Amino acid sequence: MPGLGTSFGRGGATTFLQDLSNADCILIEGSNMAEAHPVGFQWVMEAKRRGATVIHVDPRFTRTSAVADLHVPIRAGSDIAFLGGLVNQVLSNDLDFREYVVAYTNAANIIEDDFRDTEDLDGLFSGFDPETGQYDPDSWSYVPDSRRDVEDEERRDQAYSGGSSHGESHQAARSESHGSGGAPVKWKGRRDETLQDPSCVFQILKRHFARYTPEVVQEVCGIEPDQLRRVAEALTSNSGRERTSAFCYAVGWTQHSVGAQMIRTASILQLLLGNIGRPGGGIMALRGHASIQGSTDIPTLFNILPGYLPMPNAKQHQSLDEWVRDDEGKAGFWGNIRSYAVSLLKSYWGDAATPDNDFCFDYLPRITGDHSTYSTVLAMIEGRCKGYFLVGENPAVGSSNGKMQRLGMAALDWLVVRDLQMIESATFWKDGPEIETGELVTEEIGTEVFFLPAATHVEKAGSFTQTQRMLQWRDKAVEPPGDCRSDLQFYYELGTRIRQKLAGSTDEMDRPLLDLAWDYPLDDGGDPDPEAVLREINGTGPDGEVLSAYTQLKPDGSTSCGCWIYCGVYADDVNQARRRKPHWEQDQVAAEWGWVWPANRRILYNRASAAPDGTPWSERKRYVWWDAEADDGKGRWTGADVPDFVPDRAPDFVPEEGAQGPDAIGGQDPFIMQTDGKAWLFAPLGLADGPMPTHYEPAESPVRNPLYGQQNNPTRKRMEVPQNPLNPSWSDVFPYVFTTYRLTEHHTAGGMSRTLPYLAELQPEPFCEVSPRLAAERGLENGGWATIVTGRTAIEARVLVTRRLRSLRLGDRFVEQVGLPYHWGPNGITTGDSANDLVNLTLDPNVYIQDKVGTCDIRPGRRPRGSALTEYVAEYRRRAAMDVQREET
Amino acid sequence: MGLVEFLGWPLVRQVTGRDRLGRGHAAMSRRSETLEPRTVQADRVVDSVCPFCAVGCAQKVFVKDGEVTQIEGSPASPISRGRLCPKGSASKQLVTSPTRVTKVRYRRPFATEWEDLDLDTAVDMIADRVIKTRKEFWEWEADSRRTRRTLGIASLGGATLDNEENYLMKKLYTAMGAIQIENQARI
Repeated sequence: MPGLGTSFGRGGATTFLQDLSNADCILIEGSNMAEAHPVGFQWVMEAKRRGATVIHVDPRFTRTSAVADLHVPIRAGSDIAFLGGLVNQVLSNDLDFREYVVAYTNAANIIEDDFRDTEDLDGLFSGFDPETGQYDPDSWSYVPDSRRDVEDEERRDQAYSGGSSHGESHQAARSESHGSGGAPVKWKGRRDETLQDPSCVFQILKRHFARYTPEVVQEVCGIEPDQLRRVAEALTSNSGRERTSAFCYAVGWTQHSVGAQMIRTASILQLLLGNIGRPGGGIMALRGHASIQGSTDIPTLFNILPGYLPMPNAKQHQSLDEWVRDDEGKAGFWGNIRSYAVSLLKSYWGDAATPDNDFCFDYLPRITGDHSTYSTVLAMIEGRCKGYFLVGENPAVGSSNGKMQRLGMAALDWLVVRDLQMIESATFWKDGPEIETGELVTEEIGTEVFFLPAATHVEKAGSFTQTQRMLQWRDKAVEPPGDCRSDLQFYYELGTRIRQKLAGSTDEMDRPLLDLAWDYPLDDGGDPDPEAVLREINGTGPDGEVLSAYTQLKPDGSTSCGCWIYCGVYADDVNQARRRKPHWEQDQVAAEWGWVWPANRRILYNRASAAPDGTPWSERKRYVWWDAEADDGKGRWTGADVPDFVPDRAPDFVPEEGAQGPDAIGGQDPFIMQTDGKAWLFAPLGLADGPMPTHYEPAESPVRNPLYGQQNNPTRKRMEVPQNPLNPSWSDVFPYVFTTYRLTEHHTAGGMSRTLPYLAELQPEPFCEVSPRLAAERGLENGGWATIVTGRTAIEARVLVTRRLRSLRLGDRFVEQVGLPYHWGPNGITTGDSANDLVNLTLDPNVYIQDKVGTCDIRPGRRPRGSALTEYVAEYRRRAAMDVQREET
Repeated sequence: MGLVEFLGWPLVRQVTGRDRLGRGHAAMSRRSETLEPRTVQADRVVDSVCPFCAVGCAQKVFVKDGEVTQIEGSPASPISRGRLCPKGSASKQLVTSPTRVTKVRYRRPFATEWEDLDLDTAVDMIADRVIKTRKEFWEWEADSRRTRRTLGIASLGGATLDNEENYLMKKLYTAMGAIQIENQARI
């Protein structure tokens, strides 16, 4: 989550669900929390019961809206304009929490003279290269404080062979490596704490957001000025020393071509209001799957290694030194990156990793660009990738542009599917939609398919990392039936067999496999012990003793650690994730339930819950503070949580000249993973699409961008292939907006819910939600059928005519939106067309996540069958002139 | 009908007794009074975590004779305080579903139907294919920069994988030189 990572230094929710109950105001946007996270929502209701104001901003009126004090309907995909409008309200009326902003953010930093804003360049920042579609962020940099800053940096650079290497924003999805360590600025930079310098971040921000007036917000989002003012009033009157406001979001923000910047806008707003690091404040990222957070912390992602260490890039990283040089020695704990990197290599290759061979750095494969899932599917279609493992994932239904997914799988040599049920991704060759249309023929599909049944969550022990960064251990209840096995057992067994088959090979390419540390204790059934794996993740010292904190990790190879941010989860040789002390025996922080990274801290950046002098901002919002009397007068941070700070660093501490890593953190630098210790209102580095958020239209939109000539995110990742035709914007053929969403009773691609009778009965078939005005316009009947069409395909669904979807007035026109739950596919107890087949592939340039919003047409009646369907969609493409090069901005 | 029997009618008990809403004692029969929940008969109760969304509600798994008989919310959790949503409440059906596939299925290239395959053979065949495809698509260099990788093998994992599973997966794939390793976290 680079939106959070570049703002604060870590890409995780800054707070925990229970703490929402301490908020005085909660803004939920990009999330239908009551339906998608129902049990977590109890904490919002607790806050409401204590008098908090709850606001829901969403295209649809949902159960979340129903219990909110205010529902603000918004055009899907226009969130930056709305949040920008709030930022403008705060800045132009001096409603920010000035003491917090000056001390804890980079508001005072001076930016280079040659920086140009989108206001100057009609929607582009300085540094844009139209050839590559990428930014060079040099002009966004901090001005150095003194000659000393420059000399320090030169000295640091000279410690490495070769020239300097900055400009990481060019690297594929590099910004994702800010999951636990901010982007490496060259220096802390010059500051003007009066905030008057026209080149300081605060003034730049003020000018940038001045454009987002209530009138512009109305024109872009369809939100009335009065509603914007009510939200601004609620937030600003519930922020400051005595009060705090919290934000909750989910994939309603992440799944856009500007998704990271939506989250950035919220981060800026929360920083201006002084709500980060404080009880009842923060940004709650609501993850949609049991261990999404865990899957990025210990990633199965192409661009990062455990603990957000970047995958080496062939262009920059051909040695251990080159790999760590951008970050090593920078202020804060990310400056110790070499210790984390070497310890990971030791946990991968054990005794084979020595100082003489760069700890086997060369065994790491290098990336050279975008190798994300959607690019990989294209590689499959083009025959460049032939083997595929699907492990509890159903891309035939769950991924955007499902047809591309199925065409990709049909072009493989072999496919391994591990799941509980016979999901659509395992049967595409037999009964997928393309078999029906004749686009694929079973007898012509050469893919060899292995379906391996998997164990369920109660048939294996292990840990999930849930939405507030908490690892919780599950015990094993029963043995898996038949051939069902855990994925842990499968991968252990697969690795063992591959190593056996390659044993004795002298080929250099096999060394990383043969030297791999792959000895895990087995239980009676021959399964690897998951606690032994967690212990390896936690890390051990020179004599194999368990470590208790990542501060113990060393760069000399004497420690090993599989994921440095999880160091401590096995402290004292005890599985801390398995702690289950009931909440009635603990305070609300409940520090002895599970284990939270980092270091069991529940609210991140909690040093900011105290004023710069170390005293609580107020009694009411007391959380972590400086106790000057502790430790015989040496002083110590203390409070309700584990302080997210150097425990004995006094508030008035000023780092020595040339200090590096944690030593360079000042007593008033609460953002200890940032390379300057401050939270970023302005991101001088780390994001591919600009230092500040700017509203761009989704790739498919019925309206022109009223702000600039630049219609779309200029750096968006496009997939310009015949399988991914894009609807032209402002088209009469596709006049409506559609957006997809979840239901309480189903789970994502449906493999875990459409197969269960209870859930299938509760939500028995796909439907679309339309406003009464749209229903009248197109002759749609409540309870009847509708066909929804995009340039990719057409699907059918039952019609639900409801005022829950509001016709939005934008200037002199209305925009209609179609709401589509996306859980269905051809298999299971309840079946239907898959809404994701409608979605185009245009990706956020930071994280390569697709935009779930697009344009469509909707007509009454069922869709055509067989080859008539492809002809029907082709006719739409002809009418919209989609094969002709269209106007591109 | 005798008077005693008539007084035993649920409606009469509801009107005359304390349970005016008829949701407690008044609604019970002689038989239902002797019933007890499955949870009482469990041999073991095992602590778990709901596998659906990321709230991470704690679950109690009730086991009798090696079978899961019920899954309920665990009141001890500071996050969920015993609650489960419709999906979490249905998770017993998730693990005991009669449509769950419990045998390996194999589809030969160009075949129209599934076949049976022994698990051990299947894993062995997969290992062979990994070795072959890895070599076929091996790349030491790209644009004269060392890459040491294979672009022939990809993986996409769901986010119901355990941390320990993700760890072993990434470790093995990285040692293989496979880089197109992805997860629902990007989707």
